Amino acid sequence: MSNTATLQTVQEAEVHGVHHHEHHEHHETFISKYVFSQDHKMIARQFLITGMIWAIIGGLFSVLFRLQLGYPNSTFPWLEDLLGHWAKGGKLQPEFYYALVTMHGTILVFFVLTAGLSGTFANFLIPLQIGARDMASPMLNMLSYWFFFLASIIMFSSLFVQTGPASGGWTIYPPLSALGDASSGSKIGMDLWLASMAMFIISSLLGGLNYITTILNMRTKGMSMTRMPLTIWALFFTAVLGVLSFPVLLSGAILLLFDRNLGTSFFLSDIVVNGKILPNEGGSAILFQHLFWFLGHPEVYIILLPAMGMSSEIISVNSRKPIFGYMAMVGSLFAIAILAFLVWAHHMFVTGLNPFLGAFFVLLTLLIAVPSAIKVFNWLTTLWRANIRFTPAMLFAIGFVSLFISGGLTGIFLGNSALDIHLHDTYFVVAHFHIVMGVASFMGMFAGVYHWFPKMYGRFLNNTLGYIHFWVTITGAYLIFWPMHYEGLAGMPRRYYDFSNWESFKMFAGLNEFISFVSMIVFAAQLLFVFNFFYSIFKGRKVKDLNPWGANTLEWTTPVNPGHGNWVGEIPEVHRGAYDYGKDGREFIPQTEPIGENESHH
Amino acid sequence: MTKILLISIVIMIFIIIFQISKASEYVSVLKGEEKSRKQNNRINAFLLIVFLVLGLIGCWWCNNLYYGKTLFVQGAASEMGEKIDLMLYITIAVTGVVFFATQILLFWFSFKYQERDDRKAYYFPHNTKLELLWTTVPAIFLTVLVVFGLKYWFKMTGEAPKNSVVIEVTGHQFGWEFRYPGSDKILGKKDYRLTKGSNSLGVDFNDPASLDDMHVPATVHIPVGKPVKFVINAQDVIHDVGLSHFRMKMDAVPGIPTTLWFTPLYTTEEMKVRTGNPNFVYEISCDQMCGKGHFTMRGVIVVDTQEEYLKYLATLEPEYWTVFPDKKPGAQKTATTDSTKSKASLAAIMPAGN
Repeated sequence: MSNTATLQTVQEAEVHGVHHHEHHEHHETFISKYVFSQDHKMIARQFLITGMIWAIIGGLFSVLFRLQLGYPNSTFPWLEDLLGHWAKGGKLQPEFYYALVTMHGTILVFFVLTAGLSGTFANFLIPLQIGARDMASPMLNMLSYWFFFLASIIMFSSLFVQTGPASGGWTIYPPLSALGDASSGSKIGMDLWLASMAMFIISSLLGGLNYITTILNMRTKGMSMTRMPLTIWALFFTAVLGVLSFPVLLSGAILLLFDRNLGTSFFLSDIVVNGKILPNEGGSAILFQHLFWFLGHPEVYIILLPAMGMSSEIISVNSRKPIFGYMAMVGSLFAIAILAFLVWAHHMFVTGLNPFLGAFFVLLTLLIAVPSAIKVFNWLTTLWRANIRFTPAMLFAIGFVSLFISGGLTGIFLGNSALDIHLHDTYFVVAHFHIVMGVASFMGMFAGVYHWFPKMYGRFLNNTLGYIHFWVTITGAYLIFWPMHYEGLAGMPRRYYDFSNWESFKMFAGLNEFISFVSMIVFAAQLLFVFNFFYSIFKGRKVKDLNPWGANTLEWTTPVNPGHGNWVGEIPEVHRGAYDYGKDGREFIPQTEPIGENESHH
Repeated sequence: MTKILLISIVIMIFIIIFQISKASEYVSVLKGEEKSRKQNNRINAFLLIVFLVLGLIGCWWCNNLYYGKTLFVQGAASEMGEKIDLMLYITIAVTGVVFFATQILLFWFSFKYQERDDRKAYYFPHNTKLELLWTTVPAIFLTVLVVFGLKYWFKMTGEAPKNSVVIEVTGHQFGWEFRYPGSDKILGKKDYRLTKGSNSLGVDFNDPASLDDMHVPATVHIPVGKPVKFVINAQDVIHDVGLSHFRMKMDAVPGIPTTLWFTPLYTTEEMKVRTGNPNFVYEISCDQMCGKGHFTMRGVIVVDTQEEYLKYLATLEPEYWTVFPDKKPGAQKTATTDSTKSKASLAAIMPAGN
């Protein structure tokens, strides 16, 4: 086999790796190794596990409010035991229902699919795949996690305040979020939300700047930008999006804090609430929406791009074929990243936006479908005439493509303003974004976890549990969200606590019950995954092969359990792109292998 | 008791699944990992094609069950709404073709090109012609959709026709208020600082145009076949006038008035026949999260024939008389009805949830 030579040197390296490891043991304490670690791999694991804890909380919240939607006439006495006065008589109170909806969105969008997804994989993969010993600034990287931790603590504490956590929706539109008189969730819970988000934004900026700097400056010899794996490209654009857009949300959050506590009128004007005439004049509630969505839309791609990158990588590795159209894949990522900044107002078509301005947002929004289509067809062509191995990671990557198609296509409806007027804020939107950025990104995240778990912990996840996890999740996702499109086409509004008084929307009671039931099963399947994850960290099958998936990228040239610094001895040099699979009759050619004399050119 | 039973069943299922999964790992070691990996590969490839087939059947089945409950069946109740429905159909057709084509290819390729010992992956890193093809074709289709969309968008959001019936809509936690401009067809000025007692909308009664304006809560009557223009306000937080039957929607933003207009095609009575639902009403749903009573923020539109509409208008009294009962002609006689009325409008400004 042609890869023996490389394997041998790598095995030697592994022997050294043990030495290296032991050597380090001397001056590493528990605190410096597991708590305030500056090793990017440990920080990645911290992000991942914190993200998983948040995902369980956020997912549980959705199960709780689905109970109300699915069984509006039933009472659940155990809910009162669990939630006290928020579920008086075993029925969720509307205030708390809205708090759950708000927290579900906030947690999943920011804490799980931003921090948990790009926090984990940018930290883990960037140094390993570009051939760097660590991030450009390990110290800032550590702070990035701890600011996230602080944000988590603040957000978590808001769940326990007397007046409840923020409850104005994850988009926290003022005036509702600015006026404690308008909603009990807009009292101290909202201040905590904003403070938590400020910490979160700091975390995300520290991380993002680090990712960008590392990718631009610390690539190993021979690793030109166009030889980088697509994961790195995706994480790079994700970081750029975050760095440019999160500060705008910070400004919005701070102005909102001012409006709430210092009597300013940035977002408030002409308000009479509960019979009280407020003195605020001249502010614009719509201004906040601009600030919010200027982050909010790039945020969607901050969530989606890492999943795209990882799926591209995993599909190529397991198809044993190069990713089709590498440059087109990079180009479309770039196009999506640029367009992400130019479409925010498509969330605001019904706010009374200037129609002429709206037209440009329609055009630019639908333009995103072009790079998205390129990506989909390139993934399909990668699968064409492949030799596919269905590892759990590969199945999740295929699931990602399927959901990305389904959710992406409904974006064409919503981006077209004339249709959006009808579908805006209905269940059609709920179905759309849950499929395309919720479940699809989760699929990408799971693919990443299954694929790189051996590198993270030196053990495999249990395959059978992985397969069960995949099949339940994708089936459940479609069963939950596909029929929701029909509810949306019936005009059924989102964020309703109960539909039974509405002549126009009450006919979906049976369907709502079905959806709630499926969501419980899907949630249970995720617990199975969590169990598999923690069980396998300690008891999983050990990784014996340095390169278990037969992949080309650099992370598989490190020892099975790489120490701080990743490589023992020299960092390997790179001689080719990451996708030479099936070339010249060879199954795979690692990036570290020099170009052969007789190698064909493409 | 059932609770404990249920929990123990769930835990049992977990344990069983886990034990099977663990056992399968041992079995695969015994059988040879490579062999069991290939077996798993075949099983999952097969499941992918099963998923495709069941998924396609599921799409058809779901459509059978729920198409009848969408708004397509009863048709749009406004002129513009019919065009929106047409556009929806076209978009569904275009995206539907893409959806089925790509999903079928995705799962079929996955199944067909599963790993086999006698197969070698085909080295195919790029092909400029193909890539150009799937850049331009979607771009062309999207252009068509954008052109259609913008044409209707400009029509919908453009100026309402001159002969429109103008009605002011005001949202507050958690209900709707309506104001008719009266015989002068001009809505009197408002100033939110004047909101007090029975003057729940803050109308400026120094403006002579306000003297004949009529204020009704919760239910609004409009004539069929005539363009209707809503001038939309909110008093406290952002609300949204959702008119799903007319395919229209517009936010109600405090401090920034917005408008929408539409031409209703059918009276409420006609819609009862069209939908076969004797309880049919045109509902205004608040579509923008506005607090704990968001889901109760319901308004009703009654679409009347022109005669019924005029008859209805004739039964309304100017709000001016309600706010200043002494200004009403013959005030003494109707004092009792006045006090109930002002109570009603006072109740309207108080939040429903309290």
